[in-house]
Amino acid sequence: MLTAESVSFGYGGAFTLTDVSVEIAPGSLTGVLGPNGCGKTTLLKLLCGVLRPDRGRVRLGDRPLGSMTRRELARHIAVVPQETHPAFDYSVMEMVLMGRHPHLGAFELEGPADFEVARQALDATGTSHLADRRYMTLSGGEKQRVIIASALAQATEMLLLDEPTASLDLGYQLEVASLLARLNRERKVTMVLATHDLNLAASVCHQLVVMRGGRILAAGATREVLTGKTVRELYDVDADVQFHDRAGHLTVVPVKRIDG
Amino acid sequence: MVRARLTSVVCAYGALALGACLAAPLIGSTHISLARAFDRSVPFADNVDAQIFFVARMPRVLTGAIVGSTLAAAGVVMQALLGNPLATPFTLGVSTGAALGAVLAITFGSSLAVGVLASVPLASLAGAVVASAIVYALATRPGRPISTMVLLLAGVTLNAFFSALILFVQYAADFTQAYRTIRWLMGDLDVGSFAPIVASLPMVLLSLGIFAFLPRPLNLLSVGADTAATRGVDVGRTQRLAFLSASLATAAAVSLAGPIGFVGIVVPHLVRLMVGVDHRVVLPASALFGAAFLVGCDLVARTVLAPVEVPVGVVTAMVGGPFFLWLLVRKS
Repeated sequence: MLTAESVSFGYGGAFTLTDVSVEIAPGSLTGVLGPNGCGKTTLLKLLCGVLRPDRGRVRLGDRPLGSMTRRELARHIAVVPQETHPAFDYSVMEMVLMGRHPHLGAFELEGPADFEVARQALDATGTSHLADRRYMTLSGGEKQRVIIASALAQATEMLLLDEPTASLDLGYQLEVASLLARLNRERKVTMVLATHDLNLAASVCHQLVVMRGGRILAAGATREVLTGKTVRELYDVDADVQFHDRAGHLTVVPVKRIDG
Repeated sequence: MVRARLTSVVCAYGALALGACLAAPLIGSTHISLARAFDRSVPFADNVDAQIFFVARMPRVLTGAIVGSTLAAAGVVMQALLGNPLATPFTLGVSTGAALGAVLAITFGSSLAVGVLASVPLASLAGAVVASAIVYALATRPGRPISTMVLLLAGVTLNAFFSALILFVQYAADFTQAYRTIRWLMGDLDVGSFAPIVASLPMVLLSLGIFAFLPRPLNLLSVGADTAATRGVDVGRTQRLAFLSASLATAAAVSLAGPIGFVGIVVPHLVRLMVGVDHRVVLPASALFGAAFLVGCDLVARTVLAPVEVPVGVVTAMVGGPFFLWLLVRKS
């Protein structure tokens, strides 16, 4: 259980995030929705301990994140950032093996067991055939799947993803969405997914946390929280939210922007 | 897999470095033989080959090996720290600080009688330390990771500022002092004896010792600071260690032999072309290849226009300048 209790945080000035509380239950898949600048990324960074809250606290089980080393934290929580731009042209296998870092001693090199974990992670993300390729030569969708594989190689029970589909085309968006759903279902990986993509959230998330202006507007089961009213409040957009039989989940069709 | 590659690369590059260090003292105006130089049956006082090998040429070759090795390794660390493959050990102002110290000692040392600081190596070391301390103080905030952007800006600005001060001191210098300054800035591996080498060893060994802890964290850091943090790297500590050890290595090299350019960028890139980009392989391979590279460049500097010597910094620049441009063109 990952818990944020009345967390507030500011980058020097006013709070970017004010009095935010969330509970991430084991095995759940939680979406974090909200307009640009609402604090989604900041919330993720607080949940993984990259940022420390100014007020309130974040706990993993009953331990505050502040009391854990980076190495300990990295064995429990892995993160997939929006985009990854390495300064050097690592191979896909090297990128994925970097996920093993928190499990290795200071001078230890990866052994057969680590390679096995990496290969399974590549398998799970459908990127085994890319193992010897250079990361920089991959397409956007392939890169994102490799980064997810690298996070999986960390062998954590929890995965935080920051807009993992933001720079992907429709085909890759659906591919990543089904990958996340499958990992959550089959590997029991707990996930928190910050996204702008309401239909992605509708298709994979069990529950949603909806944010605006650094505060939580609503939280709960996806079918209860994701309504036309929520979309209007978040984005000033009039939208039809309906259950789509063929897709098997709620869909959001934006109709028009409401002025004023 | 990583272990096998690491072992074979270290053996190959180690053999290259060792070969360069043994072959280079044999070549020069007087031809000597390796067998006779190591012939223990002749007393050292009578063995001309051994005297030329060990006394006349070995200090210079060893200096080349140490300076080449530290600059190349420091280049690797700086490039990973700044997340910029075009960074060099001199990017953050260490060498310009050292140069300012040296120029001050050359110009005012004799008249001011400031004791040990009148010695050019000590003054340049002091300059390097001051420059690193300023950049470090500007770029670090307690408890936060270093901003590489601030680090880079602080380094570039300090480089420009110290260069201006060097010009000003040059303007105040007389002809002989100005000439000595220019010669120092070209870099010179001819340190004369083993004493300066021994004096630099503690700093060199300390920085190499710290480098040994850095490769895997540097791999992650060069992927992104936040990513490194979530993969379990203590980013702030890695950055501080990388900055301090690379600065120390650079300061040791520059105070020993002057600012010899391009070693810190040419060698890491050549090595990456041959062995890939994993820092666990690149860092030791660069340290070894850097030694062979600078010893080789110095050999060219000594022999190409013999009996006239070309400054070794000119040779490394002749090799490095076009190579650097080729890298830039290739990247874009």
